[in-house]
Amino acid sequence: MQLQGKTWKFGNDVDTDAIIPARYLNTSDPAELAKYCMEDSEKKDFSSQVKPGDIIVAGKNFGCGSSREHAPIAIKASGVSCVIAKSFARIFYRNAINIGLPIFESPEAAEGISEGDEILVDAEKGKITNLTKNETYDAMPFPPFMQELIAAGGLMKYVGKKVAKNA
Amino acid sequence: MGMTITEKILAAHAGVDKVEPGELINAKLDIVLGNDITAPVAIKEFKKLGVEKVYDKERVCLVPDHFTPNKDIKSAEQVKVLRDFAQEQDLTNYYEVGEMGVEHCLLPEKGIVGPGDVIIGADSHTCTYGALGAFATGVGSTDLAAGMATGEAWFKVPESIKFVYNGKLQPYVGGKDLILYTIGNIGVDGARYMAMEFTGEAIETLSMDNRFTMSNMAIEAGGKNGIIPPDEITLKYVKGRAKRPWKVYQSDPDAKYAQVIEFDCSKIEPQVAFPHLPENTKPISEVGTVTIDQVVIGSCTNGRIEDLRIAAALLKGKKVHKYLRLLVIPGTQAIYRQAMQEGLFDIFLDAGAAVSTPTCGPCLGGHMGILAKGERALATTNRNFVGRMGHPESEVYLCNPAVAAASAVLGRIADPREVK
Repeated sequence: MQLQGKTWKFGNDVDTDAIIPARYLNTSDPAELAKYCMEDSEKKDFSSQVKPGDIIVAGKNFGCGSSREHAPIAIKASGVSCVIAKSFARIFYRNAINIGLPIFESPEAAEGISEGDEILVDAEKGKITNLTKNETYDAMPFPPFMQELIAAGGLMKYVGKKVAKNA
Repeated sequence: MGMTITEKILAAHAGVDKVEPGELINAKLDIVLGNDITAPVAIKEFKKLGVEKVYDKERVCLVPDHFTPNKDIKSAEQVKVLRDFAQEQDLTNYYEVGEMGVEHCLLPEKGIVGPGDVIIGADSHTCTYGALGAFATGVGSTDLAAGMATGEAWFKVPESIKFVYNGKLQPYVGGKDLILYTIGNIGVDGARYMAMEFTGEAIETLSMDNRFTMSNMAIEAGGKNGIIPPDEITLKYVKGRAKRPWKVYQSDPDAKYAQVIEFDCSKIEPQVAFPHLPENTKPISEVGTVTIDQVVIGSCTNGRIEDLRIAAALLKGKKVHKYLRLLVIPGTQAIYRQAMQEGLFDIFLDAGAAVSTPTCGPCLGGHMGILAKGERALATTNRNFVGRMGHPESEVYLCNPAVAAASAVLGRIADPREVK
């Protein structure tokens, strides 16, 4: 899987309330949620400016706070192809994998990439290339179990197979 | 090498003798939980699986508590998804308004969760049940859907950090202050992916209500769970209440920890977390003059009976500051009734507080106490992110119920000793 896009840069501890404020959680429609994505973050205009394929790059502990899956859903429905961060909060990490939003932990990419850089992500090799700055960074590849989940097409497909087998 | 309490519970539920941190396991679930925000997404995913019934109708709990009593048509429709599903699946543990409480106050109170359980909940504060010596962790809606269908979930066995709270607590210092102090010390990602184990002399003297508050906020340090080894206090709470048999696990003396952190509790003052992260804590003596517009006493952190008693003791015979709103929200119907019978509502009403039926409303900026631009709230809740209680340019400060009550009287963040 190769992903290429322009980056949006965020700081540390971007929380789930910043990604999708609770006042919009009386719906679970992805397109509706995308309209308010990042509304309470440092980049309030994100949802109106983001283009399909764009990439979010952030500091440590991205997605901390609530268990709301609406957060990765809102990001994915905005057209964002993947999120790269120094580190992720654990429920967000799990939710992103479960719904099929690719995420990569890479402290060096999070440091090296600037807002608006064009980058190329090779998911299998765990390589991130900064086409603007002509730099490359290593990303932590998914552990084998995660790869299995992704290969199955997300958690529900994985569980679906299991349930069918047990029936 | 011995195992920690977290490792032992996970091993038992994975059907193996031993697990090690980093290992991926599949564990059986004793309870799965969803609310009116997270369950509608899970129910949609569940239906896609083509499974007819949940794995166990006694063990799937749905609690509509966030936007209830429903604040608008969309919320009402979300809750209807839960209600219809609960009816269709004949779920034992569906709680309608009137019976409903803030989920993490309700489940322990009803004896639905107990020591040694493995529990997932599609709510990040599910870690609350660690106070009972259970492994409890927050997940998202897709995990909830898979859990409802299979009664299992995959976990990476976490490393554990042991926190040892030595010494005696100062007056007006409780579980909320210990956990805020801890988060202030290690940061909001200080325990990321890890199990937090709370031990020591001060923990052993803490009541269950205070322990629930501590475990509740493990997630605010990035923790996977926040567990307190069961003791006599735990068992006294569980006996006569637990609906299922429970099992007490204890960490082995030679269990391996990633880190052991010790605190001297005699030096810990009541804590206040400043905007916009729970790690921005200060002792009350260093807060300075911070005027406030609203005080909220309630939530899954501090909406329990002891919290209300502490607040009432400080508010008795006093008035809430003229330009300040005080909202008091008992966590469950049983807490509500208890507070009413003890005469606490008379104290709250005489003081000029608004007392509400249980709801998570204001804690997450849902309803029942939203802040305008530029307003400032002091709350016994667990998060103070940007826009958490309303306008993105409002502010939330976090504290214990004593500080909240004293501050409601003085109109600024105050030390409880100032109004005593």
